[in-house]
Amino acid sequence: MKKAGARIYTFLIFLFLYAPILVLIVYSFNDTETASRTVWGGFSLRWYRKLFEDRLILEALCNTLIIAVVSAAASTVLGTMAAIGINSMKRLPRRIMMNITNFPMVNPEIVTGVSLMLLFVSAVRLLGGRSLGMGSLFAAHITFCLPYVILSVLPKLRQMDPNLYEAAQDLGCPPVRAFFKVVLPEIMPGIVTGLIMAFTLSIDDFVISYFTSGTTQTLPIYIYSMTRKRISPEINALSTVLFAVVMVLLIIINARNAKDQKRSEG
Amino acid sequence: MMKRYFIHFNLCVVLCLALCLFPVQTVLAGEAQALTVSDKEDAAPDRGITINVYNWGEYIANGTDGSPDVNEEFTRRTGIRVNYTTFDSNEALYSKLVGGGADYDVIIPSDYMVSKLIDENMLAELDFSNIPNFQYIDERFKDPDYDPGSRYSVPYTWGVVGLFYNTDYIEEEITSWSALWDDRYAGKILMFDNPRDSFAIAQFMLGQSLNTTDENDWAEAAALLKQQKPLVQAYVMDRIFDKMESSEAWIAPYYSGDAAILVENSDSIQFVVPEEGTNYFVDAMCIPVTSSHKEEAEAYINFLCDPEIAGANMNYVGYSTPESAAKAYIDQEMVESPVHYPSDEILERTEVFVNLPESTAKLVDSLWAEVKMGGPGESIVLVAIILGFLGVYIAILVYKRRKRKRELA
Repeated sequence: MKKAGARIYTFLIFLFLYAPILVLIVYSFNDTETASRTVWGGFSLRWYRKLFEDRLILEALCNTLIIAVVSAAASTVLGTMAAIGINSMKRLPRRIMMNITNFPMVNPEIVTGVSLMLLFVSAVRLLGGRSLGMGSLFAAHITFCLPYVILSVLPKLRQMDPNLYEAAQDLGCPPVRAFFKVVLPEIMPGIVTGLIMAFTLSIDDFVISYFTSGTTQTLPIYIYSMTRKRISPEINALSTVLFAVVMVLLIIINARNAKDQKRSEG
Repeated sequence: MMKRYFIHFNLCVVLCLALCLFPVQTVLAGEAQALTVSDKEDAAPDRGITINVYNWGEYIANGTDGSPDVNEEFTRRTGIRVNYTTFDSNEALYSKLVGGGADYDVIIPSDYMVSKLIDENMLAELDFSNIPNFQYIDERFKDPDYDPGSRYSVPYTWGVVGLFYNTDYIEEEITSWSALWDDRYAGKILMFDNPRDSFAIAQFMLGQSLNTTDENDWAEAAALLKQQKPLVQAYVMDRIFDKMESSEAWIAPYYSGDAAILVENSDSIQFVVPEEGTNYFVDAMCIPVTSSHKEEAEAYINFLCDPEIAGANMNYVGYSTPESAAKAYIDQEMVESPVHYPSDEILERTEVFVNLPESTAKLVDSLWAEVKMGGPGESIVLVAIILGFLGVYIAILVYKRRKRKRELA
């Protein structure tokens, strides 16, 4: 009895998580003239065909991915360095530092967006530039991703035995090498979590990008601009493709891990 | 451990690179298509100039569904590259322009926004010797109320607001805006989710001008909208497509060009322009004063006025063209449809929006907020919610303090 209840509960949770995605995928195959999102008109691949013909969507997607990759990589490197620095601080400065880092996370996005825009606009004017664009988007995205990376790396550093690093140096390892050989592998899970988080946050972001994008267009902004007419099922098709790619990647990675584990056990 | 994560990261990068390659492929595909529309001239050499164009979302033929890729064709003919971006509302465009940080060369706002931008000296006067195709624009669209003398703008598309209704549920023939106040259709009525379009409907019923500056007129219109509110299912914009198609709603006002597709695809959905008259709107091409490539921007405007290109755009967008010459390139069905091209008799009864003075605009905003929020009744609900939260918070505090005291004792 108890088991059945647990099963139903789990089922409901998964239904809640995946039903929207399922609906999205189903309607990406909808054959309709009016781009309807509620009336089923038969199976077709027309939205996929249209998606791959649509230069504007693909350009926006490309911009989004470039920004996500660059800002995730940059904020991971900066955030890891910051976390190492913060970790070795004394108690009071560390607390102050952590509060300063956490503040942008609790700050409403719209405030961050507007203030970044004002800053960038005046900076661009001072430097004699004409327009915000890719550069300001990079800066903005790195800024709001940083605290998340720091927050996911710090706990790993605190878990680590500080004697390990000293032991490596005792055994004749120069500091830089000791860092790469001993510290980095220890905190790697935290870094990867931070990286993935930064990547998804950056792809998702609408509010901050909206204010700092200048004449560059990212995918969320493009999708939002469709709302006067209607959001085309091309977006369903695009989301389905992204979902499928991520899923296949996860399966491949998991399969490889399982293989590695078997080999090391066997 | 480390190897595993490294692979993970690697795959991410590969995925991104692979996705970035898509546009390259489609650019190549697009080029082949563009040839069908051009005059078979050779591609112009790259001039090293990129103009920034800011237009409504999905408002230009972009190479999908067999339409030509207009921006690509422009680059091919002139050697000027186009950075094409899109917005969702006139207000979004305005805030982008005022906020600075964006340098646009061609923008396509609607009528009242054009007049607002003119009033604020944000538009450059056009040099019509660079826009010879302006000759194709019909006389009716020259010298409009929002841009007297046609000095700052060239119309791109136009349309009227009308009523869409489902004949399966509404059997009588609708001829008046008062159908939106008919309590037989209570809960099945949709309204615009923006102040000027909604007020316009009430104003036509009251026989006022859309651009009145008399406060009493606006208050009267607001009262009429408040009276309608209990009957309205929702204030929506693009969701009317889903709601009308699935019969969730029976009657809704919308822009003719966007919603024409509803009529074409359903036998039971009808379109009518009510007899009281209606708002006719124009989206027009302008150049901001800040543009650094004015000549190239004018070339772009001229290009979009080319009847062949205008025709291709209208086929894709579904709005009406201000150029009679372009009709030769538009699907015959569309040209003959009264949804797209209402009769002159109907157009006699239309009025276009112009910019309202600051004080009136503020009044309209606050009246609209009142209409949508309802009267003081709803602010009482808000206060009750806040008080409720406060009560829970205090209860928790009291409970904690008691618990601590008990533990100490």
